[in-house]
Amino acid sequence: MNVMQLSVFIENHPGHLQNVLKILGEASINIITLTIAETSDFGILRVICNKPDEALAILKKEHVICSATDVLAIEIEDKPGELCRAVTIFAQQGLNIEYMYAFTEKREGKAVMIFRFDDIEVAKEALSSQGYRIVKKIEIIGE
Amino acid sequence: MFNKEFEAMPVAEIKKLQLERLKWSLSHAYKNNRFYARQFDAAGFNPADFKSLDDMRRVPFLNKQNMRDNYPYGLFATPLKDVVRVHSSSGTTGNATVVGYTASDINVFAEVVARSLASYGATPDDILQVAYGYGLFTGGLGLHYGGEKLGCLTVPISGGNTERQLMLIKDFGTSILACTPSYALNIADYLEKKRPDYDMKKTSLRIGVLGAEPWSEAMRGEIEQRLGIQAYDIYGLSEVIGPGVSSECEAKSGLHVFEDHFYVEIIDPDTGEVLPEGEKGEIVYTSLTKQACPVIRYRSRDITRLYRDSCSCGRTMIKMEKVTGRSDDMLIIRGVNIFPSQIESVLMEVEGTEPHYQIIVDRSGALDDVEVKVEVAEDLFSDELKVLDNLKTKIMERFRNVLGISAKITLVEPLSIARSEGKAIRVVDKRHL
Repeated sequence: MNVMQLSVFIENHPGHLQNVLKILGEASINIITLTIAETSDFGILRVICNKPDEALAILKKEHVICSATDVLAIEIEDKPGELCRAVTIFAQQGLNIEYMYAFTEKREGKAVMIFRFDDIEVAKEALSSQGYRIVKKIEIIGE
Repeated sequence: MFNKEFEAMPVAEIKKLQLERLKWSLSHAYKNNRFYARQFDAAGFNPADFKSLDDMRRVPFLNKQNMRDNYPYGLFATPLKDVVRVHSSSGTTGNATVVGYTASDINVFAEVVARSLASYGATPDDILQVAYGYGLFTGGLGLHYGGEKLGCLTVPISGGNTERQLMLIKDFGTSILACTPSYALNIADYLEKKRPDYDMKKTSLRIGVLGAEPWSEAMRGEIEQRLGIQAYDIYGLSEVIGPGVSSECEAKSGLHVFEDHFYVEIIDPDTGEVLPEGEKGEIVYTSLTKQACPVIRYRSRDITRLYRDSCSCGRTMIKMEKVTGRSDDMLIIRGVNIFPSQIESVLMEVEGTEPHYQIIVDRSGALDDVEVKVEVAEDLFSDELKVLDNLKTKIMERFRNVLGISAKITLVEPLSIARSEGKAIRVVDKRHL
């Protein structure tokens, strides 16, 4: 099982992000981490949350354009050079990262990196063979 | 052919017949309707002097506002006791326009619709499901009477309730579906999203009779492919009679105008001058046989071209091009004439784009700025910026190549484009010209 990320289309105007967050808040969806990729007229909000299936359904019901994407979440040591080490593995395998972002875990000394690949399974295999722990959905929300 | 005597009449004879019938229609309007009498008198035109088709240019025009001003019965030319039915436009932009029919008018209406259906290959063996709205709108009852006249088993289901439409198509063995092109697409979407188990290609449905709104060739392609049918255009205006003023044939190249009942001209929308055959302009209608509500030189605002060719279907009646736009929503952008329907075609072509769009024209300095807002459809959305960026670039390039304009493309959220009465507002012109 992979971590499910919600991707939401948002116009680049005041109030539009708020509208989406309000819908999620009122539905008791807890956001674990998020990032926004922006252009001049729109942005894509990428969200990892506790109940992605429910969040997706509720956003669609409110006519918000969104989709679910499987992303790769790995745990790395929260220490200098650790991210570089992980990324080196992808480079060696010729795997292109579409985008990535991070958050530190509440557990001490760990960070969770979120990666988006064209082919998540290949990337997963490359990392597991190097001893990385692939984070599953359950563990993120298990906190 | 439903009525070969007229539909395949030699052109010289058609013109003779039209002249004869025009004389009757003009004098009928003049003698029996006060509005026309005043109009003709003011223009110094007396139907008694009408000698050749060329004299038509002396006859004053009738426009939509005249019809509204004469609400409800001001344009009737027969006593109400002879009128058996009325139809009416919705009147969202002013008074409604009301059109009356005598029993003979209803018969003509049914005849031209029957001819239209036959020109798509329909026969009395066909089962016709009429999914146009029944009521004051001419679509439902128009197709209904035409279907019965041809001898089709006619199913008066009216519009909406897609699940039921699908059930009847399957259970009744419907072979012809009459609806608006946007409803046809709506059915295709419904099938895809809610009824993947329903295989339209396994039903008997083979023909779509689509009209009541302008639609593009790209839309035809999409409807035909997704529903597995042949889609034909039926054209008409309630002011003239309703659907069946003109109709495509199996050649799908232009619509034959039923010239024994309607006289058509193309004019320059700005000057009102009649343009020679083959030139593009606004199409103007004159009824030749209508009793209750004769229309004399009605300015439709629809932009098209008239021409004669030797059509493979054998009909000699003049052809009009599929209507590409209306003279009142034509935009001139940096000197280029653009119709919203052309913009729609481009958007349809770029795969996956549903045409919910709005064109905003503004002027900065001496140049026109064009922005096209496109609502992002679900199947178009991606979590990757580059995919959405590519889409914008693709649309932009198609605009440049097909329409010759460079436009800024803005992707917007669904339902963010203002809709009035369920119809999107397609054009916002902020220029003060």
